[in-house]
Amino acid sequence: MTATPRTGSLLPEGEYRLSQLDTLEAESIHVFREVAAELERPVLLFSGGKDSIVMLRLAQKAFWPARIPFPVLHVDTGHNFPEVLAYRDRRVAELGVQLVVASVPEAIESGLVTQPPDGTRNRIQTPVLLDALEKGRFTAAFGGARRDEDKARAKERVFSFRDDFGQWDPKNQRPELWSLYNGRIHAGESIRVFPLSNWTELDIWQYVRREGIELPAIYYAHDRAVFERDGMLYADNEFCRPRAGEKVFTARVRYRTVGDASLTAAVLSDADTVEAVIDEVSVTRVTERGATRGDDRFSEAAMEDRKREGYF
Amino acid sequence: MGVPTVFPAGLPTGPVQRTDMLRFATAGSVDDGKSTLIGRLLYDSKAIFSDQLEAVEKASAAKGDDYVNLALLTDGLRAEREQGITIDVAYRYFATPRRKFVIADTPGHIQYTRNMVTGASTADLAIVLVDARKGLVEQSRRHAFIATLLRVPHLVLAVNKMDLVGYSQDVFDAISDEFTRFAAKLDITDLTVVPISALHGDGIVSRSPNMPWHEGPSLLHHLERVHVSSDRNLIDVRFPVQYVIRPQSVDHPDYRGYAGTVASGILRAGDPVMVLPSGRTSRVAAIETIDGPVVEAFPPMAVTVRLTDDVDISRGDMICRPGNAPEPRQDLDAMVCWMADKPLQRGQKLAIKHTTRTARVMIKELHYRLDVNTLHRDESAVELGLNDVGRVTLRTTQPLFADPYRRNRATGGFILIDESTNATVAAGMVLDPSHRVQPPFTEYAI
Repeated sequence: MTATPRTGSLLPEGEYRLSQLDTLEAESIHVFREVAAELERPVLLFSGGKDSIVMLRLAQKAFWPARIPFPVLHVDTGHNFPEVLAYRDRRVAELGVQLVVASVPEAIESGLVTQPPDGTRNRIQTPVLLDALEKGRFTAAFGGARRDEDKARAKERVFSFRDDFGQWDPKNQRPELWSLYNGRIHAGESIRVFPLSNWTELDIWQYVRREGIELPAIYYAHDRAVFERDGMLYADNEFCRPRAGEKVFTARVRYRTVGDASLTAAVLSDADTVEAVIDEVSVTRVTERGATRGDDRFSEAAMEDRKREGYF
Repeated sequence: MGVPTVFPAGLPTGPVQRTDMLRFATAGSVDDGKSTLIGRLLYDSKAIFSDQLEAVEKASAAKGDDYVNLALLTDGLRAEREQGITIDVAYRYFATPRRKFVIADTPGHIQYTRNMVTGASTADLAIVLVDARKGLVEQSRRHAFIATLLRVPHLVLAVNKMDLVGYSQDVFDAISDEFTRFAAKLDITDLTVVPISALHGDGIVSRSPNMPWHEGPSLLHHLERVHVSSDRNLIDVRFPVQYVIRPQSVDHPDYRGYAGTVASGILRAGDPVMVLPSGRTSRVAAIETIDGPVVEAFPPMAVTVRLTDDVDISRGDMICRPGNAPEPRQDLDAMVCWMADKPLQRGQKLAIKHTTRTARVMIKELHYRLDVNTLHRDESAVELGLNDVGRVTLRTTQPLFADPYRRNRATGGFILIDESTNATVAAGMVLDPSHRVQPPFTEYAI
């Protein structure tokens, strides 16, 4: 059917083949370098969660032996797991990168946002993030979102254009072809960049194991005082108290995602090593957001709505 | 749900396996059962979680379906549900012990050529779905053509809804023969035809007892085993410099490395190289990563190359071999797919992004608009509208180091950007200069 010989066909099958993790790693490194080359002031959004930790590792690889050529931004809701903050500070010092903290409590204090009566801070993170991006004059922000997390994410580009209000318009996305990314913007506009777009939860864990990446201890099974709410297990801590009728008990749990301590639930687990977690993730039947994130349960389109407002 | 099938070999557990990755694009409309097929692949490979399934069960019950409508699994955004449209390419993921799969799920209606082009641009394989009751329709031919235009190396024709034609071999053979005859007019390197019922799971994971006459593989068997590493161009060394790494630190005061992704060919330490556009020659001193030096770098590895000589190199330059380098050209013939509402016209000025190089470009000539259904070339066309495909000649402000797209997808593809709106307005594929007289496609009649 074709007259042209296929150029690679001289080599035996099986050679010059990259594993899935190597392919994903190469793709992510390409994205980091592209942004650093084309956009003036990038910043990496770091939450202390496993995805942003992997993202930071990939950024380190992309520019080695030079330092990561952009700062790291943490939107601090004030509802933190102490292990996560300690991890953040240690890692930032190791890499020699600048850390910018955007504080939600300070934003409440200054009147930029109002604390909702239910005590949660997920929704009010967005204006704080947008404010920090504007103040830092950041033109690109790397986020650790993956397309397998949610159906709104499944349709988002690697380079996600945001208007001067930081909003995502799903109907007006730039076509993304080959590995040619269009990062052009006008003043005030920005790009959210998702280097982990094609990774799944299992890929992340396999990479954590392969690279020997340290994660905050709460990702592994431990005993914790918890209570049940809406079918999920919440830690009994200063940000999240049991209501009347919610009984506190000790359970062996771990966290699959790490976000705001008032909203992130734990899952029952005995997986106390990376191998055990990989086994668990391999056979788990519930999505990580479905299992652990109160914020995504509000409605079927919760993520879509938040992204439109400027959430990463 | 119809007949639930069971994924036979379990999930990838235990030690990290040397699985590779296959990207495939699916094209077809809801009517062809595309969403059901994707839902089926995700469901049978256990990539669907119980909370997602529960949501779908509820939605199916609410719609009054007496089976679990797997199509709802890939239902997208609220904006789409409210307007009853499918916006865009969605990406889905599943894995078997052999491979990780990335699906670019593209809507198949005529106005969505741009989405299919986008999904096909990175695909190793494309699945064109047809309804066994209807056989080939205009859309099936269009999908196959676009996959060919984008040089997707492997094409699968999935004849779906075999249950509704009594699993008839005659029906399947007729469709298969017709498509094979049609495909001979395109430039398809590898074609596989499979009979399936996405709804009931026939022919997806394993061969169906309902179709004992089919001797070929099941769909998943084919997806897991199709050879893709030989699709990459491993002959022509092309390393577009993406970023220059200069730590200027105490530990690395004089380090200068050229970071990038290998577009094609195999680069080895010690190799003589030539750098474009300067034409200067040098040797590869080392190929480095944070994890240590690399003996051979091949696509799509992301590495840092150091040369033995102090050559002035910046982003947009290309490292290749002295005896095998693309000719720097400012006049390019290309097929373009136009993706903007405002039409392409002769004389228009745009930005072009090709590998890591950005330049400005003028549309010197519009030769013809190609009807993607008949491949008829309309030479009287004066513009290309949204979703039109046509052949143009471009004049660039600085030389590009392009190869014909049919030889090299990574160095033959480009995008065009509107400099006032910053929108990506076209995908382009560089043609072989020797095609100036002979067009790359044969017209056919339906």
